[in-house]
Amino acid sequence: MSIYNPVGKWVRAPHGFERVWIGVALLWCLVLTIAMPYWHFKGQQTSSGEAYTVAPIDFEKRVAKFVETNQVGDRAGTPIVQPAPGSDAYLVGKNWRWYPVLKLKKDVEYRIHISSGDYQHGFSLLPMNMNFHVVPGYDHVITLKPAETGEFSIICNEFCGAGHHLMSGLIIVEE
Amino acid sequence: MGNLLPDKSRVCATTGLPVCNSAQLFIKLNAVFGVVALLIGVTAAFLLALTRWETVALLEPANYYKYLTVHGLNMLVFWILFMEMAILYFASTSLLNSRNFSRALSWGQVVLMLTGFLTVNYSIFMDRASVLMTSYVPLRAEQEFYLGLILFAVGALLGCVNFLGGLFIAKRDKTYKGSIPLVVFGALAAVIIAIFTIVHGAVALIPTWLWSIGVLENAPDGAWYRMIWWGFGHASQQINVCAMVSVWYLMATLTTGSRPLNETVCRVAFVLYILFINLASAHHLLVDPGVSAPWKMWNTSYALYLAVLASMIHGFTVPAAVEVAQRKKGIGGLFGWLTKAPWKDPGFAAFFLSLLIFGFGGGITGVTLGTHQINIIAHNTLRIPGHFHMTVAGGTSLAFMGLAYYVVPLIFQRDYPARALARIQPYIFGFGIVLMGIGMTLAGSLGVPRRHPDIDFTGAQIPPHLGDAGPFLAVVGIGGTIAATGALIFILLTVYTVFLGKSNKGRAMTSWQKPEQDRLTKSLITTHWNPEEEKLRPKGTLVLTGIFLASFAVYYFANWKALVDVWPVK
Ligand code: HEM
Ligand SMILES: [Cu+2]
Ligand SMILES: [Cu+2]
Repeated sequence: MSIYNPVGKWVRAPHGFERVWIGVALLWCLVLTIAMPYWHFKGQQTSSGEAYTVAPIDFEKRVAKFVETNQVGDRAGTPIVQPAPGSDAYLVGKNWRWYPVLKLKKDVEYRIHISSGDYQHGFSLLPMNMNFHVVPGYDHVITLKPAETGEFSIICNEFCGAGHHLMSGLIIVEE
Repeated sequence: MGNLLPDKSRVCATTGLPVCNSAQLFIKLNAVFGVVALLIGVTAAFLLALTRWETVALLEPANYYKYLTVHGLNMLVFWILFMEMAILYFASTSLLNSRNFSRALSWGQVVLMLTGFLTVNYSIFMDRASVLMTSYVPLRAEQEFYLGLILFAVGALLGCVNFLGGLFIAKRDKTYKGSIPLVVFGALAAVIIAIFTIVHGAVALIPTWLWSIGVLENAPDGAWYRMIWWGFGHASQQINVCAMVSVWYLMATLTTGSRPLNETVCRVAFVLYILFINLASAHHLLVDPGVSAPWKMWNTSYALYLAVLASMIHGFTVPAAVEVAQRKKGIGGLFGWLTKAPWKDPGFAAFFLSLLIFGFGGGITGVTLGTHQINIIAHNTLRIPGHFHMTVAGGTSLAFMGLAYYVVPLIFQRDYPARALARIQPYIFGFGIVLMGIGMTLAGSLGVPRRHPDIDFTGAQIPPHLGDAGPFLAVVGIGGTIAATGALIFILLTVYTVFLGKSNKGRAMTSWQKPEQDRLTKSLITTHWNPEEEKLRPKGTLVLTGIFLASFAVYYFANWKALVDVWPVK
């Protein structure tokens, strides 16, 4: 009785349908458990969490240097930057924009260093809907291989203050 | 037996349970504050739902963030925790035939929690804390925001201590025989988790508060803050689950006369919650920097999904208990127990809808979104609020509403008016939440972010292109408005009852069920019978859980399929 004290000897193993269900549920939990390591080895998508601590000011210096050496254009006042194929790229979220615009090659793997110059941000690449968290003080390295060409928006999906809803950026992918 | 003095207690005319006057006072106070918090949260809910519906777009961004902070904290923290305190007073007294442990502690609980509740609301409403519920550093609120939360948490801790003290005196005074009842056991599990949780909250918020008043020069580390904050934020969801499941067992008994098939199974499932829940903060960090993939996988699975197993066990034992009780009353067929269930009793309807919404809606989406790699296509999108409104709103809050339809008549000793309206209220709220949850889930699959008032990005430098989520966001707006209306009906009915309802002192509460149903239920509660008799086997529940598992598998693998389509990333 749920609201009264259990009477008599109540400690016993489940049986009947209850036992069947517990067995089935346990098996399902096993499937759930195995799926993640399986995908870790066989799949193409994971979040390794690779990151290095870095002072926001230092990170911004790296971004500035990256822009200086690799800038190829300009979009609405934001530099377009094209890193050497397969190299490192830098992206910073600050003052409610993603900076700079990245220009990448299709089917080439890049190490994209993402960090923040102010608050926490949510890196959200659309329309694929791929999301990673960005924390000031951490250089979050995402190893990404663009699989399509075109223009892909980045938005911010973690609240970062008054201009959060304006925060956006761009990745351009070419053959 | 018992340690209740006749002049400081009464016997409930409906259930025959003893009611300690002191506990009754604190149940009343907590329930009233809880409903006030719900009212504030629901008012904000209307505004939020009507902002996300793009054609209405009600609030300016700054106000959206403000009311989102109001909504998150008043709903998830204040409404739910005040209600849980009320449940703790009830479980440690009436169900143990014992008295309230300490009036001093109880007053401490009420005063601190009330102070915290008022302080935090003051801070948000005065625009001193638009940092949202999570207050991720280095966003900074004024100091009283953090202080209010800390006071509220300390108050809750006193409530937990008072509950444990209550258990202690009941045992010492031998007020009951054998083991504690299942519902008290569930409440105990909630309290144990709560203590760990509150410690996490203190560890995250105290340094943040010290920074806000300038004692510490630097804000706490952002990644560290997230890990500890979610040790509090997620673990507290497991308190809610424990409390909700206890309420399920309680309501199943009160409304159908059921008893658990196997007490051991139910209790072991509660123990699994206690053991594995502290790992769960991980599923908020699945795409975070600085935590490795193996760490994420191990922790997000709560060590081999054993806490999920616990929920799947309760998801069987609760309906099975109802089914068996219905069969004992002579109802046959595979699903006769369901079709002939007391659906017009809002206590039953709220509890059973809560079970269905929590399991089919919240549970399936929760495990899927919390899968390490799948989280890449879900983190911080609207899929997340889609999931948790089906757990904390459609699950926990709806269960608590069902509880109120019994607790208010039994403790405030007043009957609900407008019975027909009360009978349909759980359906309105439940339907609205499900609709909103589906809308949010679909919009989120297109990449629509959470915590965002304007996905047209009016004024952005490089306007982004989102898929056409308009229709799904309209569903959010409509479903949300229906749900908020349902919640408002509950609040109005309950407030009316508490202050003006017809007194039922000295007699049983006016039953929500037909006299015949009532009689059968009472006789099941008061007589001895064995729920594991051969002819009472819960066939229908087995089929129901089979359908559940099939839906689960379909949704889960469909998400893996969706993941395959995105770019390779590590
Ligand atoms: C009464 C009907 C309700 C409606 C219409 C509603 C609507 C909403 C909406 C539209 C959002 C904003 C989503 C976003 O932009 O990210 C939201 C957030 C939220 N809701 Fe509700 N909600 C309701 C009830 C509840 C209840 C009962 C709870 C908890 C017990 C709850 C807990 C939350 C939380 C924790 C958030 C997230 C706040 C944040 O992101 O900081 N809601 N709700
Ligand atoms: Cu943002
Ligand atoms: Cu969580």
